[in-house]
Amino acid sequence: MNSPSGAANGTLVEVRGLTKWFPVQTGLLDRLLAGRTDYVHAVDGVSFEIRRGEVFGLAGESGSGKTTVGRLVIHLEKPTEGTVHFDGVDLASLSSEDLRRLRRRMQVIFQDPMASLNPRMSIRASIEHPVRIHFPDDREGHEGMVREILERVGLTPPEIFLDKYPHQLSGGQRQRVVIARALVTRPELVLADEPIAMADVSVRALLLDLMIQLKELLSLTYLFITHDLATARYICDRIGIMYLGKLCEIGDLREVYAHPLHPYTQALMAAVPVPDPHGRRTQPMPVGEIPNAINPPSGCRFHPRCPVARLDRCSVEEPELRELRPGHRVACHFAEDFL
Amino acid sequence: MSPVTPGELLLQVCNLNVSYKTRTGPVSAVSDVSLDIYRGEILGLVGESGCGKSTLGRALMRMLPRSARIEGQILFHGREVLGFDDRQLRELRGRGISMIFQDPMTSLNPVQRIGDHLTEAVQVHESDGGKADLRQRIGTLVERLGIMRQRLSDYPHQLSGGMRQRVMIGLGVVLSPDLIIADEATTSLDVIVAAKLLDQLREIREEFGVTIILITHNIAQVAELADRVAVMYAGRIAEVGSVYDVFDGPQHPYTQGLLRSVPSIKLEDREELYKMPGEPPNLLSPPAGCRFHPRCPEAMSICSRIAPGLLPTMPGRLVNCWLYQEHSEKDGPAARTTARGAA
Repeated sequence: MNSPSGAANGTLVEVRGLTKWFPVQTGLLDRLLAGRTDYVHAVDGVSFEIRRGEVFGLAGESGSGKTTVGRLVIHLEKPTEGTVHFDGVDLASLSSEDLRRLRRRMQVIFQDPMASLNPRMSIRASIEHPVRIHFPDDREGHEGMVREILERVGLTPPEIFLDKYPHQLSGGQRQRVVIARALVTRPELVLADEPIAMADVSVRALLLDLMIQLKELLSLTYLFITHDLATARYICDRIGIMYLGKLCEIGDLREVYAHPLHPYTQALMAAVPVPDPHGRRTQPMPVGEIPNAINPPSGCRFHPRCPVARLDRCSVEEPELRELRPGHRVACHFAEDFL
Repeated sequence: MSPVTPGELLLQVCNLNVSYKTRTGPVSAVSDVSLDIYRGEILGLVGESGCGKSTLGRALMRMLPRSARIEGQILFHGREVLGFDDRQLRELRGRGISMIFQDPMTSLNPVQRIGDHLTEAVQVHESDGGKADLRQRIGTLVERLGIMRQRLSDYPHQLSGGMRQRVMIGLGVVLSPDLIIADEATTSLDVIVAAKLLDQLREIREEFGVTIILITHNIAQVAELADRVAVMYAGRIAEVGSVYDVFDGPQHPYTQGLLRSVPSIKLEDREELYKMPGEPPNLLSPPAGCRFHPRCPEAMSICSRIAPGLLPTMPGRLVNCWLYQEHSEKDGPAARTTARGAA
């Protein structure tokens, strides 16, 4: 159970007890007076696995830690505690050279294409950059790889786009370039952090469809990070809901959406507006706001806002993830009430 | 449910054009827009980025940069806003129309206390009245918005994001304006906070009887809150009508496509999203004729040559599309036209 078995059972990524605390930047005087450093508990003991070929969604509000989990999974950040196994290999055990080699197999699509593309690099240069790093010996092949991936993301014919600069492209085209750059090294895992949040509504469906097609075509696995539960529905196979650094619910997307068992998931789903004036929300929203992650609430982190919390238990005892329905785990003491 | 009493016009926009001068040429951000706004209603003004919805909102308060050229008519209480002098404008922006902006962190002064923001707004517009009275009035207002009176002496950074947003609402309502424009007020907010903001807008409409224009790119929020909706595309209004009419039976092909491409969290809703081809046009050189024609599945030959008008198709409904209008040069796929165009 505890030993990651890697590819054998179809698990590509296995995350165990992942924790990341960031020290709070304060002045020297404050530190001396306080006699300690405060930490932001960005991620606190998160465990899950990503199966090969699936789209695993991680959803939550800002400050939930979903982006930090993504960065930890591909080792852009080192965890304070916990492990990440990629294809059976513990990322923390790798030398920087081995890690660099492994990075070819895990790539990132960021949210803002304008910020993640160098404005002074042509499209060709931007996409060729990772190719040069990861395939240094195959110089003749570089151009072909760049052209091929441009065609795959729908920027055809490639000649039109190769020598353009990001500002000459439309928003949707720029996002396609970012996708192309991530996929040109033929990765297995793609971390997509809010990949279509910046795109216009009428363009999103096309980008989403492109990501799904590319996943099938190139046998990819996605870690899809989003704040938008409605969009997640169209791409994710499984989903984990995060609140204040903790995973509060995880399972098959259809199962979780049909039977949300955590009061936070229920509130989050109710808050998403539905494009139908006949289906207006009637239930009230949870009181208060996401608390400070420097001193998170004791017990269940959602208890100060939770409509069903019983203080004697929820403020004291931290709930563990429990499987209450097949493939559906929830961290709530009273989740049985919603079965 | 709907408090709209048609006929009581608050604001009338007639043939409004706004263009910006840029180095590469004029950008026509708002083009031939006409729109009526009724007292007490919530109008959702929805469109994608660059469709001109924010420019239109700002034009109503004459808050556009110098590089903007405005033509047309804006009648507020029957008075021509484009002819206002500075004094009349100040009056308009205070007690006539106010705006709730996108980002509270950049719209609140970080070195000014919350209470001072509110008192300043009042003092600029009302020279009479004692200080104690004013403090009392502002205290009552913020408490109604769910902020404790003691927080008035806090600075913006000491408040949570939701509280800052409520301060922005407070600044919007403190002078009891007739019309509040909420310009992408929910955009940077998390879903739960955004849902609460929509609830608050609904409450201030009930409490203060104020008229609200909700400018947003999120059409689902319009369905959640608005009484009527105006859909904008590339500087023009594509369709206007009651939310029930428009969401139940969109008539403009852009509205139809938009509604079919919006993701819905409901598992019972359709699985497939409509993949609208292309992207919104660059307004430096907008397409000729109907600006939506390059992306329109129903486009006819006339659509690329002559722009349609925003004309009624049924009571309370205006649609800017040749499918519902006659013209001597209109030929195209005639069968479909007659079937759909019979209004």
